[in-house]
Amino acid sequence: MAQVSMSVNGQPAEGEVEGRTLLVDFLRNSLELTGTHVGCDTSQCGACVVHVNGAAVKACTMFALEAEGAEVTTIEGIAAPDGTLSAVQQAFQEHHGLQCGFCTPGMVMSATALLKDNPRPTEAEIREYLQGNICRCTGYHNIVKAVMAASGQDVGAIAAE
Amino acid sequence: MYAFEIEKPTTLADALAALKEEDAQALAGGQTLIPSLKARLAMPSKLVSLAGIEEIKGICTADDGRLCIGGGTTHGAIAREAADRFPGLAGLAAKIGDPAVRNRGTIGGSLANNDPSACYPSAALACGATIVTDRREIAAGEFFLGLFETALEEGELITEVRFEVPEASNYQKFEQPASRFPLVGVFVARYADRGGVGVTGASEGGVFRWNEAEEALASNWSADALEGLSVPADGMIEDLHGTPEYRAHLVKVMTQRAVAAAG
Ligand SMILES: Cc1cc2nc3c(=O)[nH]c(=O)nc-3n(C[C@H](O)[C@H](O)[C@H](O)COP(=O)(O)OP(=O)(O)OC[C@H]3O[C@@H](n4cnc5c(N)ncnc54)[C@H](O)[C@@H]3O)c2cc1C
Ligand code: FES
Ligand code: FES
Repeated sequence: MAQVSMSVNGQPAEGEVEGRTLLVDFLRNSLELTGTHVGCDTSQCGACVVHVNGAAVKACTMFALEAEGAEVTTIEGIAAPDGTLSAVQQAFQEHHGLQCGFCTPGMVMSATALLKDNPRPTEAEIREYLQGNICRCTGYHNIVKAVMAASGQDVGAIAAE
Repeated sequence: MYAFEIEKPTTLADALAALKEEDAQALAGGQTLIPSLKARLAMPSKLVSLAGIEEIKGICTADDGRLCIGGGTTHGAIAREAADRFPGLAGLAAKIGDPAVRNRGTIGGSLANNDPSACYPSAALACGATIVTDRREIAAGEFFLGLFETALEEGELITEVRFEVPEASNYQKFEQPASRFPLVGVFVARYADRGGVGVTGASEGGVFRWNEAEEALASNWSADALEGLSVPADGMIEDLHGTPEYRAHLVKVMTQRAVAAAG
């Protein structure tokens, strides 16, 4: 076992882990931040996406010890401390960007990372960026709409489809 | 996963020393290695993380004009930082997997792994790149030895990849939609005196140069120059995604599209 420490959602976090402990297991089991989901555990689905030093990564495909000293943000750190939803979260709610909600934490983390780099993405850019996030319910349509809306763009054209 | 330790050296020298230990293995982005560890396809006693070694990261232009990419540079960094200097390679990097994979995965890890469907090997072959390790320089033509096999020795690390930047280049990837790896991927490179064509995903022997197409393109760089050529289906991969004939056909179509797009 080894000691690991990092900042998670702005708070210091530490614990004992094995070399093989995945970041997602440290977040869910040690820190009890269960918003980050494990959909596939084979690096395909993106339900486990978190930000490490600002970059979207699959927390099931990184070891906890690799995040030593890093700034980690999970879905629990996206809303304001008083519970006010972020623009992306709010738009997912308003545009029905989720059904069962299982993929939603990863979708929100990926979409948030996209808008940081590209504040006004086109529909094609959104679909391309979310390629690594799989949703079994929505058909993606309303997710794309939500991301367009969160970036302050007109969703009329997408709604017509 | 079996149990192992993780070591995080900050210099190449320390990493090489750690890799001398029996059953130690390098960990770069982990985007291939971690899934293989989960499947218990590898059983290292120690993983030596390369992520903290700054000296093998980044992109620079050498005095002779070649583009030098550190072995630990991520696909995402190549997509961004090579865009003006080598748009063909940046375009290839930008289509690997998805953004989260590109934020972790590295060019060194991809070349060392030599997956028969990996993207970079096609560019390395087409451009005649040099793979620089801690102990020698290996020409791309001598580096890839078949499926998942390379000229790398035990504990040898890719520190840099050097590309003579082509006048024009392009990568066309026909995606296998479930894995997003190429079903067939073709990289073409136009130089003053030659054309390079590297093909990945198609052959049972791994990445290869399509020599006939290179000859045709050397004197006439156009999609039409390939019209009379065909690729034999013999030795192409057969799986549920496509027959050997289908892949052979795709090689030609993707090469023509790449030449047309490169201009
Ligand atoms: C969902 C998904 C989609 C993907 N799609 C594509 C795709 O479309 N095209 C594509 O090409 N790839 C794709 N990949 C693979 C991805 O590009 C990996 O990043 C890459 O194959 C391995 O690089 P890595 O840095 O992650 O290496 P790791 O997984 O850390 O290591 C891979 C192997 O290389 C060795 N190694 C690592 N670095 C070095 C080095 N510097 N010197 C010597 N040996 C080293 C390791 O010991 C290990 O054996 C995909 C992966 C995923 C998860
Ligand atoms: S759980 Fe990490 S990608 Fe599916
Ligand atoms: S809302 Fe159910 S998987 Fe996306």
